[in-house]
Amino acid sequence: MADETKAPASGGGSGSSDRPDRGGDRRGPRPGGPGGGREGGRKFFRRKKVCKFCTEKIDAIDYKDYRVLGQFVAESGKIVPRRLTGVCTPHQRRLSTAIKLARNIALLPFAGRAS
Amino acid sequence: MNRTYELMFIVRPDMPEEDQEKLISTLESAVNASGGAIKKVERMGKRRLAYTVRRFFEGVYLLLTIEGSGGLVHELERRLRVSEPVIKFLTVRVDEEQKRLEKIKKLRDARRKTSANPAAAAAPAPTPAEAGGEAPAVPAQV
Repeated sequence: MADETKAPASGGGSGSSDRPDRGGDRRGPRPGGPGGGREGGRKFFRRKKVCKFCTEKIDAIDYKDYRVLGQFVAESGKIVPRRLTGVCTPHQRRLSTAIKLARNIALLPFAGRAS
Repeated sequence: MNRTYELMFIVRPDMPEEDQEKLISTLESAVNASGGAIKKVERMGKRRLAYTVRRFFEGVYLLLTIEGSGGLVHELERRLRVSEPVIKFLTVRVDEEQKRLEKIKKLRDARRKTSANPAAAAAPAPTPAEAGGEAPAVPAQV
């Protein structure tokens, strides 16, 4: 992409006959519509997620409090990924071990077929 | 080598209270025999299981906090496995985690103190200097 846009501007003569035309076409709408392009690029503003355990200063992620753990488990029993919940890496690590312990003692369901 | 463990186990829901007591006391005697100690007994009550265990949908959760060695845990687990009404158990070593939490707490307290102290130290320090040098000027500005 970057090469194509550059090529017609610097060494236009050596390129194939199609290219300068395309470059011209592209350059044509551009001055008119950078604003439109920007709007199209970013449609909605996404709020920055923060780690629940960092903000509330919960140090101990215990396998026993299934209420907290349940917030980070999907309906199917799967652990919700960090990119969806916003939990920071060290806390996600502890969270996942806690969830796995809770599964072992039947506080949380295992992933797989819904029961 | 003393370690702290949490021993959580589930007994079948139709087990009477006195039998639970008996089970706990037998475990306690086993703990005492090998030089450990039960620090806490917690009854978490009857709860619905997340999945069926031995065809049970619910169970009574019991939690023991135990101090002792690894051999003791081995013995306790063997007993739980043999005993009929216990349908599931889990042993977790907690002393390392507790140590980590204490460390974090200490660090946080220290930080709070240092962040509180400069403010406390900085606030009274300028006022005497101002009061000594230009006491009438300060109220005029305000």
